[in-house]
Amino acid sequence: MGTLSEEILSRKVGRQVRAGEIVIVPVDYVLAHDQTAPLAIESFRKIGRPLFDPNRTVIVFDHIIPAATVQAATLQKMIREWVREQGITNFLQEGICHQVMVERGFVTPGAVIVGADSHTCTYGALGAFGTGMGSTDIAVALATGKTWLRVPETIRFEVKGELGHHVYAKDLALAMVGTIGVDGATYMAVEYGGPAVRRMSISERMTLANMAVEMGGKTGLVEPDDTVDEYLRGRARDPYERITPRDPVYSRVVEIDASSIEPMVAVPPDPEHLAPAAEMRKVKIDQVFIGTCTNGRLDDIEIAARILKGRKIHPSTRMVVTPASTRVALEAMARGYIQTLIEAGAVVTNTGCGPCIGRHQGVLAAGERAITTQNRNFPGRMGDPTAEIYLASPATAAASAITGYITDPRSLD
Amino acid sequence: MSRVWKVGDNVSTDEIIPGRYNVTTDRQQLAKAAFIEYRPDYAENVRPGDVIVAGKNFGMGSSREHAPIAIQASGAKAVIARSFARIFFRNAINIGLPILVCDELHGAVEDGDEIDVDLATGQITLADGRTFQVEPLPEFVLEIVRAGGIIPFVQSGRF
Repeated sequence: MGTLSEEILSRKVGRQVRAGEIVIVPVDYVLAHDQTAPLAIESFRKIGRPLFDPNRTVIVFDHIIPAATVQAATLQKMIREWVREQGITNFLQEGICHQVMVERGFVTPGAVIVGADSHTCTYGALGAFGTGMGSTDIAVALATGKTWLRVPETIRFEVKGELGHHVYAKDLALAMVGTIGVDGATYMAVEYGGPAVRRMSISERMTLANMAVEMGGKTGLVEPDDTVDEYLRGRARDPYERITPRDPVYSRVVEIDASSIEPMVAVPPDPEHLAPAAEMRKVKIDQVFIGTCTNGRLDDIEIAARILKGRKIHPSTRMVVTPASTRVALEAMARGYIQTLIEAGAVVTNTGCGPCIGRHQGVLAAGERAITTQNRNFPGRMGDPTAEIYLASPATAAASAITGYITDPRSLD
Repeated sequence: MSRVWKVGDNVSTDEIIPGRYNVTTDRQQLAKAAFIEYRPDYAENVRPGDVIVAGKNFGMGSSREHAPIAIQASGAKAVIARSFARIFFRNAINIGLPILVCDELHGAVEDGDEIDVDLATGQITLADGRTFQVEPLPEFVLEIVRAGGIIPFVQSGRF
């Protein structure tokens, strides 16, 4: 009996658990990346126990890859040595950790996965309880195979109707943050349901679940269905059962009519301040970025390529495209999207987090403005703290690249 | 007495320590970057025992543990907020940075005020004598705090 998170955690703990209880739960996989692994390794060494399972530890290099500074290179060298020393079998350098975890079949319905990255909540797109933690929590999981959790209450978004032309999962995700605010789901799980969500692809569901943490959420879950089974066929690393809510009691149910949503942008300084893209035409854009764990997948790149096909980006702007993984990049190349984007004037980088985190590949100067498909627009995230970051869908970002100002993609039809 | 560094609502981990300063695990280097852009006067002027008094949802965003470490290494004694973002809350407890939840304090103090914060009793006393009581933490979390953080807690055999 319970919400999706109560059901998953009950299964793991071996008894019925309820929201509000604190439980110690065995984990299926533990993730860290180049930015958070160094502190996790330090804490792991302090604990002084052996690694719980080298086959269930996943280390991904994605944040500053290839290394952009001597400092980053030095930390990465240390992580590589630790990975070898521990016999860790899953050391991946082929894209953003969350994309790779899903593509490589680590994420299955009912799994509990902890990651030293706040966007670990993305795995709920496949019905897994993924949650982000800090490095020391991750060290505890590495040393014990367990973590402690407060079983969360749940906010359910029930999405009816259909998204309109050039309105995407990202616009819906932003609308959700705008509705309940950046702390509207703090300490809680978010569940996404209703006909509009059931029709969504895995990639679109990942866009929604990814932004659960932008509302303070512990995880963001979609009930697994045939779409998930189909995606996992031949891909899942572990057997799984579909776990679904049973007589759930939600703290709050928020109904959204998808057909009422327009192309949106989140305005600085955080993702809860929204405006329709159509009303933001006065905002000139210096840099457009398409990529990240939110919107760097094949469908996102396809949307951008379709809009930019045969067009050029505006001479006063620049555009960076970072495919979320090597698989995404190769498929986008095979389909001609990368060629289209380069011909339009975009810089296409290697896979990884790209400029989302302000380390490399498109850092912003004082006073510059970017429109980006990422999930966060906090001051200083992409470079100078006075730079302004606007969040949007790949379509709105691509349309803005053509005009040089924030543009509703429907206006270019 | 502790000097108050007052900050607003929704202070993100990017504002506590921007991502590009996280390419080290050296505590003193992280301390120098604490609030480097959000409160550029902080790192140079913070004194041991000072406290950060924040509004709602302090520490939202990234899971970077560099954020509470930077605050702890800067010498601050505690963060007192109306509420905390989840991952920051866990990270602070895990590393032994005292975090206190008090809804009324933020509206009652100004930046630079001197206040008395008794971590043992959870009582905060202002210069004018007004007192505030912080909200108690869940028992399990208190056990981690009493153990001195999650590492000694785990070493004590609780996991």
